[in-house]
Amino acid sequence: MLLQLSEPGESPAPHESERGLAIGIDLGTTNSVVALARDGTVEVLRDAEGKGLVPSVVYYGGDGAVTVGQDARRMLLEEPDHVVSSIKRLMGRGVEDLKTLAGTLPFKLDVAADGGMVRLSVGERILTPVEVSADILRALRARAEAAQGKTVDRAVITVPAYFDDGARTATKDAARLAGLEVLRLVNEPTAAALAYGLDNAAEGFYAVYDLGGGTFDISILRMEKGVFQVKATGGDAALGGDDIDHAIAEHFLAERSATHGEVAITAGEAKQALAAARVAKECLSSRPEGEWVIEVDGKPSRHALTRVQLEDLAAPWVERTTAICRGVIADSGVDLADIKGVVLVGGSTRMPVVRRKVREIFGREPLSNINPDEVVAVGAALQAEALTVGSDTLLLDVTPLSLGIETMGGIVEKVIPRNTPIPVAMAQEFTTYQDGQTAMSVHVLQGEREMVDQCRSLARFVLRGIPNMAAGAARIRVTFTVDADGLLTVAASEATTGVEQQVAVKPSYGLTEDEMATMLRDSLEHAKDDMASRLFAETVVEARRSVLAVQAALKVDSDLLSPAERQDIDGAIGQVDTAIATGDRDTVIAATEALEAATKVFAERRMDRGIRAALAGMAVDRLDDALGGE
Amino acid sequence: MNASALAAVVPCWSCKGPVASRALFCSVCGAVQGPGAIDHFTRLGMTPTFDLDMDALERQYFGFQRRLHPDRFASKSGKEKALSQAQATSLNDAYETLKDPMKRAAYLLTLLGHPVDLTACGTINDRALLMEQMEKREALADATTPEQVAKLAVEAESEVIACQCHISAAFNAADLDGAGHLCIRLKYLAKLAEEARAKKSRITRMP
Ligand SMILES: Nc1ncnc2c1ncn2[C@@H]1O[C@H](COP(=O)(O)OP(=O)(O)O)[C@@H](O)[C@H]1O
Ligand SMILES: [Mg+2]
Ligand SMILES: [Zn+2]
Repeated sequence: MLLQLSEPGESPAPHESERGLAIGIDLGTTNSVVALARDGTVEVLRDAEGKGLVPSVVYYGGDGAVTVGQDARRMLLEEPDHVVSSIKRLMGRGVEDLKTLAGTLPFKLDVAADGGMVRLSVGERILTPVEVSADILRALRARAEAAQGKTVDRAVITVPAYFDDGARTATKDAARLAGLEVLRLVNEPTAAALAYGLDNAAEGFYAVYDLGGGTFDISILRMEKGVFQVKATGGDAALGGDDIDHAIAEHFLAERSATHGEVAITAGEAKQALAAARVAKECLSSRPEGEWVIEVDGKPSRHALTRVQLEDLAAPWVERTTAICRGVIADSGVDLADIKGVVLVGGSTRMPVVRRKVREIFGREPLSNINPDEVVAVGAALQAEALTVGSDTLLLDVTPLSLGIETMGGIVEKVIPRNTPIPVAMAQEFTTYQDGQTAMSVHVLQGEREMVDQCRSLARFVLRGIPNMAAGAARIRVTFTVDADGLLTVAASEATTGVEQQVAVKPSYGLTEDEMATMLRDSLEHAKDDMASRLFAETVVEARRSVLAVQAALKVDSDLLSPAERQDIDGAIGQVDTAIATGDRDTVIAATEALEAATKVFAERRMDRGIRAALAGMAVDRLDDALGGE
Repeated sequence: MNASALAAVVPCWSCKGPVASRALFCSVCGAVQGPGAIDHFTRLGMTPTFDLDMDALERQYFGFQRRLHPDRFASKSGKEKALSQAQATSLNDAYETLKDPMKRAAYLLTLLGHPVDLTACGTINDRALLMEQMEKREALADATTPEQVAKLAVEAESEVIACQCHISAAFNAADLDGAGHLCIRLKYLAKLAEEARAKKSRITRMP
């Protein structure tokens, strides 16, 4: 029997109107986009020229000014030392990781960095990737606030599906610094599928192929009656148009040395060559050939390039997507012939060679009635509306990478395999390998390979207090929990004693709480006020829930109270409302606790009545909200 | 009877009044409840049987997720968010177990008090199974043309289906020992079928 309840999600949460707006943000490596949905209609927020794309470039001026977007990009050639681009490549990365990325990064790194998180040296400042991303998010937030004339304080932010836990946490931290509550991190291909699927009433299996500036993602989804179910996902968090730019730039620089003789390439030349390479690449998407000039220190060099040549240079990168796609198709268990369409996302899918490759991989023409630059932000905005106002659609996503722990011999034991639907909790039992071992170190890893050094280290912690037993006798249960944002929490406990330890995986290369606090304090805006008001808002949500719960109970069981008792409770409810009006968090907490105390006897009588009714075997129906799914 | 009636009623964490222990939401205040310890079939509103209607299972799963997924609680209190995550996690666990025939068979055997160890492979019976599997694996490794691989893939697939039918028959005949053995067999067959499928997609190129 279904009872009439106000179903969560069906009606707007009460007091929703008091909150600021919730936006959707595609925080890209190269470009970012911000959008807002109202009643299912999405508006991409544009500049005066109508451009929705905001280059993910930040200029840190000598006077302390911070500029984001097109204006910052213009400064790239004038004051390269004060400009940061492609920062997303460093999100959640440690100094160690940079070796593999070396040479591909347009930054000067702070050499003093102490083995932890990467720090950049920009002009006179030392900045973390989280702070740079926060500056981009602040600019996007400001754009939305200016357009709407309203406060914006919540957002759905998209991340590459293949982002690991460290990069996801770093993204959330950046949002917090920018004064945005992250309603949900949504995977970019999933957001794109949501936007495409809702717009086209798509049904069946679809692939989303997303090749941007710095990341590649491929997801296979099933869309059906408002359900978006990711079957498998994969990608490469360091593969994109940037790599092609580098290949072209190297080609140009080799030509230039041939003209001007073999001299060491200056940083200025390298930046110029990269800029020219990118322009050439983008032009050759619509033209068969062209010529570009690099001029540094009054020394020009001319570089002709044809599309055929470009495609040769790009081939190794484009080819890399093939194997990844095949693997993901196999993982999904979906027959290639059953995939009804391929949605193209990301600026690099404008390259004819990429489109040809997609056609070859999937055996069909990709869909082209989609704006590959904006579709992710549109999906994010739709999801932001769904999460705040309510919706019937359902996004069911998966973990992109396997999660495991280190065992003897440096081998990784998988606890959660990739492509497992989230949220998920899985446990594995381990044991001690020495007699009398009382502590065990737990090393959490992410990745598909077998050996520890081939996977990404997420965190380490030590479980202490294991009872003194023979080797192999202790039973240590390690539980991995991945939430709907794709973030991991690990708990370990010993079965015979119940010794327990829980760690939110703050990745090895993330910010500590202290660093976060300092940054929040230092940030120029009123981030601190934002934090306080967010905490207050949470407390109010909780207080209102308590009041509504008591009122609902009074409606059905008020006959259990004497008029005096009833008056007490009504008074306590009034106190909560008064407390909320004061705007003081502690007052609200106190009033909520007082309400709890005032209703204690009422609650006991209600339980008595319920149990008596159950014993009489009559009222279980009333209590039993139906178990039927739909 | 009385004890079970008592166990069926617990206090709602939100309004503190009585609520059925298996309820998803409190009928008085509407608050989402914890997932509780119920079996996967009950959780998804299905009758415990090996012969599940897969479409119905999926409908139930989507239906429950629609109501309980954390996306429905994004602007609710922290406690409600946590409970919805726990609910959605339990639903995923139940669905992932029941939709896979091998996991479903093993789970049902556990429910029926006859657990099967899917890592075991020591008995004579299993040795015969291993021999058979080794031969098939060799054949797959030796296959070079797409036609050969495709043929092996189809064979492996039909063996999987045949084995599932035998499991079903065993359950219906209350032959739990038999179901257990077949369950182990299914594990190997499914693995082989998957490898054949993977090899097929590796060597088959699209025109
Ligand atoms: N017309 C074009 N032809 C080829 N590449 C393009 C074109 N337009 C944009 N790009 C490339 O797309 C990439 C940026 O894509 P985008 O989806 O905005 O990236 P991201 O998601 O990483 O921010 C850059 O490498 C850019 O050079
Ligand atoms: Mg992108
Ligand atoms: Zn209740």
